[in-house]
Amino acid sequence: MKLNKIILSFISALAILFSTSVVSLAKVVGDKIVLGAAISLTGKYSSNGVHTQNGYNMAVDRINSMGGVKVGGKTYKFDIIYYDDESNPKRAAQLAERLISQDGVEFMLGPYSSGLTKAIAPVTEKYGVPMVEANGASRSLFTKGYKYLFAVLAPANLYLDVAIDLAVEKNNGKGVTVAMAFEQDAFSQDVRLGVLDAIKRTGSKKVIDDKLPKELNDMAATLVKVKQMKPDVLVVSGHTKGALTAIRQISEMKVDVPMLAMTHCDAAKLSKQHGKNSQYALCASQWHKTLTYKDKFFKDGMTYDADFTKEFGYAPPYQAAESSAALLVFKDAFERANSFDQKKVRDALAATNMQTFYGNIKFAEGGQNVDKPMVLFQVMCDDAGKCENKVVAPTKWASAKLIHPIPSWSKR
Amino acid sequence: MDFMVFQYPMISVQACLDGVLLGILFALIAYGMALQWGVMNIINIAQGDLVILGGYIAYFMYLYGIHPAWGVIVAPVVMYFVGIAIYKLVINKVVDRDLFISILATFGISILFMQLMNFAFGADVVLANSDYGTTMLFNNNVVLPNSKIFSAFISILFAICLVIYMKKSKLGRAIRATAQNARAAKILGVDTEKVYAATFGINAALCGVAGALISITFTIHPYMGLPYTIRSFMIVIVAGLGNLPGVAMSGMGLGVFEEFADYILGTEFRIGSVFLLLVLILVYRRFKLSRKREYLK
Repeated sequence: MKLNKIILSFISALAILFSTSVVSLAKVVGDKIVLGAAISLTGKYSSNGVHTQNGYNMAVDRINSMGGVKVGGKTYKFDIIYYDDESNPKRAAQLAERLISQDGVEFMLGPYSSGLTKAIAPVTEKYGVPMVEANGASRSLFTKGYKYLFAVLAPANLYLDVAIDLAVEKNNGKGVTVAMAFEQDAFSQDVRLGVLDAIKRTGSKKVIDDKLPKELNDMAATLVKVKQMKPDVLVVSGHTKGALTAIRQISEMKVDVPMLAMTHCDAAKLSKQHGKNSQYALCASQWHKTLTYKDKFFKDGMTYDADFTKEFGYAPPYQAAESSAALLVFKDAFERANSFDQKKVRDALAATNMQTFYGNIKFAEGGQNVDKPMVLFQVMCDDAGKCENKVVAPTKWASAKLIHPIPSWSKR
Repeated sequence: MDFMVFQYPMISVQACLDGVLLGILFALIAYGMALQWGVMNIINIAQGDLVILGGYIAYFMYLYGIHPAWGVIVAPVVMYFVGIAIYKLVINKVVDRDLFISILATFGISILFMQLMNFAFGADVVLANSDYGTTMLFNNNVVLPNSKIFSAFISILFAICLVIYMKKSKLGRAIRATAQNARAAKILGVDTEKVYAATFGINAALCGVAGALISITFTIHPYMGLPYTIRSFMIVIVAGLGNLPGVAMSGMGLGVFEEFADYILGTEFRIGSVFLLLVLILVYRRFKLSRKREYLK
């Protein structure tokens, strides 16, 4: 009898706990708009996961301290529930389910990486939960007809096609020869498709098309082929691992190539890890602090850079900047929708047309941002070995002139 | 398929040299695995993770302004004690059990190490710069980073030292005796518990050296250990236990095989080709064994 009583009280205690937790975490509580996010705080994406979280937190604090979100004449503040997806797509999808069906979240922020966004998007779509994401650039995210997915960043196929255009421009409009080395993951393969389009469009020719495995840390074979074929451009995309391996082996093997273009240079801290060896590398970036876009919350890139560095102790990579921009988009959409109805907010998001410190934001039918071009920066070092990333393309934003062709190793 | 490697003879030379230098490094890791497999009958799935941990030791020395080459001295010392600690905590409880239990246990250690390294050092890919420069051969047609040559040289040095140690020292003799027959060695007064601990420590130390060399030559990341485990497993399977020249030859052979697979099949099949080779060799061995069995009948 006594045991029964204990079990009964235990169950009722659990029930009370469960019901209060659901109530307290519902979408809009009192003056709080609760957003949900599954972020990679552990596992292989944890560095960029933390950048994403810091970007979100920075924007939440800034928006809340500058008056919050005004809906229906009332002021609300942002709050985010975070879960750690352990860099695992399956876990991310489970957590999205949990956020929506257990915690009652009605608006989501994206995770880090294309792979994890791909895992979460079907869940948010199923429940009709608007999701603004800032770190999933794979083209396949925007061709599935998702109605509730919005990405503030440019899609992956636009990362490096600018480099091919630039090389053709330097070659007096004539086609160039291109060597390509891309990792076999959703993102890099989309970057590859973009480069292939650019090669076709400009009448260029691909001479090497290597695929790099995920566990690779040696690309000597590709580089030997590059030495032999002497292409005009070498394009590499394999996240931070690809960027670091490429620079290390290019410098060790003294591979001379007129133009070297890659992704993830700032996430790989190229100039810090490789110093002068990384000089002249062209890097695709979603954002750079010297761009002159403006908004009233973060003012401009330089101010964002300074404020972020002050708060978190390191300079913001573009992953942090785009994450902050996602919150600005949500705020704008809530105010225009003037409601917390998911459909109305979704429609308001679809009609977004605004400028943030990170860039212009306007969504296409598929949810990708079509109003923000990618920038290319080049690593430039002074005689003392101090290296800096300077924007060289597009010309409108350029803060330095492109150094082309890259001087050969024997002359450095 | 791309047969460029055969069209340009210099690329073949480059592939062979790269493969041999890389293979020597693999052989060092495999030798550690063969040693403890032979002595303790344990297949260590965490082998690659011990390598990566050794790499982080050299990397942190580099971060604090010490040349990472000193890592080949510091990493084995630290890793020896890490190895002893793993033995005392886990391995001594599974050493007499069947192979499956020990594989499970070391698999667990592998996952734990990956997560701990990720937690402690972060998920960034890192490397240690040695600034050793490059050696150009054959009218600059073949380039060899000096860091790879340094790695191969140090690997050979450690292998020679270990062979001498195993032949001449008391502990080395005890290790060899235990490998031959643990029970007989015990009866004759060898403290097998101590021998097991030392063997696991020596294996971890070898992994430490290899890790330090990998951080100088390639890149390291908490989740990059498994390919090194697979490669050393493969080398040991081919060479057999307790056969050092065999391990060295099969290491170099694997290195060259990988390089050629990379050129011919494409970089994406590099690790895949190692798996394929492993399967083929296992099938061949089984075939050979079954023929032998028939003959015995």
